[in-house]
Amino acid sequence: MADQLKNSLPKKPLLEIAGLTRHFGGLTAVNGLSLTVGQGELVSVIGPNGAGKTTLFNLISGLDAPDAGSVTFEGRDVTGLSAERLAALGLARSFQHGRVFGNLSVLDNVLVGAHTRLRAVKPRIPLVGPLVELALALIRPPSVRAEEERLRAEAKEIVRMFGERLTPRLDKPAHSLSYANRRRVEIARALALHPRLLLLDEPTAGMNPTETAEMLEIIRGLKARGLTILLIEHKLDLVMQLSDRVVVMDHGARIAEGLPAAVASDPAVIEAYLGHKAVGAANQDTGQDTGQDGDAAVPVRIAH
Amino acid sequence: MLPTTLGPWLDYTINGLVIGNIYALLAVGLALIFGVSHLINFAHGSVYMVGAYIGWLCVTKLALPLPVTFVTVAAGCGLLGAVIERVGLRPLRNAPRIAPLLATIGLSVVLDQSAQLLFSPDPRALPTQLPTWRIAIGGGSIGALDLLIAGVGIGSAGLLYGFLRFTKLGWAVRATALDRDAAQQCGVDVDKVNRTVFAIASALGGVSGLLVGMYYNTIDPNMGFQAGLKGIVAQLIGGVGNVPGAIAGSLLLGLIESYGIALFGTSYRNLFAFVALILILVLRPNGLFARARRLPPEPLTGTFIAPSRPLVLPKWAVWALAAAALALPLVVQQPYLLQTLGNAWLYALLALSLTLVAGTVGQVSLGHAGLLAIGAYASSLLALDAGVPVLLAVPLAGLVAAALGTALVYPAFRLRGHYVSIATLAVGEIVTLVILNWESLTRGPIGVTGIPPLSVAGKPLVSGQWVYWVPLVVLLAFAALQSRLLNSHLGRTLRAIREDDVAARSYGVDLNRYKGLAFAVAGFIAGVGGALMAHFYSYINHETFPAPVSMLALTMVILGGLGNVAGAVLGAAVLVGLPELFRAAAEYRMLIYGVVLLLLIRFRPQGLLGTV
Repeated sequence: MADQLKNSLPKKPLLEIAGLTRHFGGLTAVNGLSLTVGQGELVSVIGPNGAGKTTLFNLISGLDAPDAGSVTFEGRDVTGLSAERLAALGLARSFQHGRVFGNLSVLDNVLVGAHTRLRAVKPRIPLVGPLVELALALIRPPSVRAEEERLRAEAKEIVRMFGERLTPRLDKPAHSLSYANRRRVEIARALALHPRLLLLDEPTAGMNPTETAEMLEIIRGLKARGLTILLIEHKLDLVMQLSDRVVVMDHGARIAEGLPAAVASDPAVIEAYLGHKAVGAANQDTGQDTGQDGDAAVPVRIAH
Repeated sequence: MLPTTLGPWLDYTINGLVIGNIYALLAVGLALIFGVSHLINFAHGSVYMVGAYIGWLCVTKLALPLPVTFVTVAAGCGLLGAVIERVGLRPLRNAPRIAPLLATIGLSVVLDQSAQLLFSPDPRALPTQLPTWRIAIGGGSIGALDLLIAGVGIGSAGLLYGFLRFTKLGWAVRATALDRDAAQQCGVDVDKVNRTVFAIASALGGVSGLLVGMYYNTIDPNMGFQAGLKGIVAQLIGGVGNVPGAIAGSLLLGLIESYGIALFGTSYRNLFAFVALILILVLRPNGLFARARRLPPEPLTGTFIAPSRPLVLPKWAVWALAAAALALPLVVQQPYLLQTLGNAWLYALLALSLTLVAGTVGQVSLGHAGLLAIGAYASSLLALDAGVPVLLAVPLAGLVAAALGTALVYPAFRLRGHYVSIATLAVGEIVTLVILNWESLTRGPIGVTGIPPLSVAGKPLVSGQWVYWVPLVVLLAFAALQSRLLNSHLGRTLRAIREDDVAARSYGVDLNRYKGLAFAVAGFIAGVGGALMAHFYSYINHETFPAPVSMLALTMVILGGLGNVAGAVLGAAVLVGLPELFRAAAEYRMLIYGVVLLLLIRFRPQGLLGTV
């Protein structure tokens, strides 16, 4: 299968994962997984609950460290780097259950996303850097004020992408937003980082069909702007419409990879989703669901 | 000093095991409570103290036989435990995790202060009715009381094991500890389980207090604070929520203390426990016996920031209030009033400092008085021993407190939730103990006398107005700076850490850097506050800034609204100023603070002005 794919792979891989493995006690959440994402590509990772998708994201984004394997980002080995270092390299992610800063306003949430881009107020000076940062934040010379103004204007611009959904709520605390709006804030926050690679963990979870369709258009727009995206999603129609390639995971390993249409009809994939051997014997699966990545019970919808 | 024969060492070992047994009675209760409710019960030490006093009543006033005394103590404390569960825990079930912890601190203050009012703060003798024979073993000896303590310890462990293992309610307790929601789904009455566990734990704690009272033949209303902390330390050594681990940790702690005293002397006693605590938290946060080196997940986290709409004072109102406060001495000339308000402004500096770390960054520090102590000692000693002019010594003391405070808390930066509170509490205690023991620098228990007053151009600022103006001007300056800081990118960054440190990290926020910054700023403010206090009081010792001051500071910032700069000032003015102005008797003051803290957590967690 890998040979077939060679042709569709763009020349320059942005993210390369090789043999990634992570054990939790006796359970292997991610098992020797390999994956590449090319510049400008949108790759989806799908798979049943407990397949290890979110663990994979945690390993890539530095919130968790792998037991084996490597992660290469823009040709640089970033295995085991901390989340804050990876963010500085241009990796942004959203979280499965939405992790906005509840008591911060929408605007402040998005501005935290731009944290790695602060320059004027956060000069790279060893040792005394934090003290200089404190002094600059208190004194606020023109350069610092200009930077803050620029980021604020840009944050508002990003929020405007979500139209009337978010713009009127710019100064509202994030905890007062609807679930769908919090997911939008997360994506706005991620965009403020100016990511080289965007990891989206179920961006449409908990959204109704209208909201899902809106989110689909937004992700499509991001892709059209050339953003590289790695997407975890349970809504397969969305995956089919957006993805350049689809990777299917089950029990921590890759069980299929290919173009969306090919994957959807792969027998291994259907079996992974609908249960082993006997279709409908759903009870068999519940025992296997380790809940390692805490997937909510989202109904699986295989594309028609 | 060092004993060379085996005999004394045997005595130290026996003594260590006896003390360990007493800690075990406390730690097992704490572990049980943590198991079912994920709460570290800070009121446990107070229950222990209550047990000692019930025992004292039984022995000296009612002259009851020993077995009846034991049963009465266990029953009385068991009942108290059930009440604590009802008041401190159940109403806060859906509140952030730190809320019940703060509630147990409030309860502990209320219990300790009530005992002080009822029985006077003076120690009392608690005679044992046991025979005084001792069996000689090797070069050491064992007395009847040692055997009784060992017997009670082993007997309680056996009874507890039987209860958990063979009774239906015991199964329910274990099921709740494993998975509270699932247990509830299966029809387990979780409230009843919690009540039972609190009752059992408190009965054990009370008996432990009684035994300690007999062992040392002295009890006092403040004996619970240190003991409760020891129980917590022992439990952490064994791993939170782990009952056999708690027993092992307690025996180990008892031995460490006993040998430590043998080697270094009694005044170091508590230092061993707290240093052990910090080491455990940093090196093995899951305890010595845990398999994985992974912090327990979510249940321990959660900030105490209630969603609220903070009251934002318009700019002109702030200026008007500041001008009015500055002009007050021109109108009011009573020295007593000005001095009281001046003192309130000094405490407001402490509140300002705490509201930054506990409110804005969400690191609920329980040892904040330690920063005052560092600032006070630094400034006094710089002025007295190094001849630094007071005007320069005060800001230098701020820098010392900033550096030292940050360095001391630094190991706790990787901890979350309750663990931060415990670690900072321990750091506060360590500061006090170091001050007490480092005699060559700090003059030890004698304290520092003759601290020169603040003076400008040779003119000492000691009169009524200056005692008011100096703290106020410093306070206004720091309040303005802190507001400016909160309005900068640092404000949102620090608050992002509080709201969700994982998400903050994922957006490039280096937690250590910003926690360090916050603690440094907080240390500077509190250090300057402590320094000013020293120069106004002219005498300080290791008890000038005791642990209750940290609790008072916490009450102030919760009263004003966590993270709220104006709230911190208001909280200090209300809690320090008002009781004094109404001439409320000094002995009731701490009790009032405890009650205020309890009521706030229960009914107005966002405080008066709202959390920011």
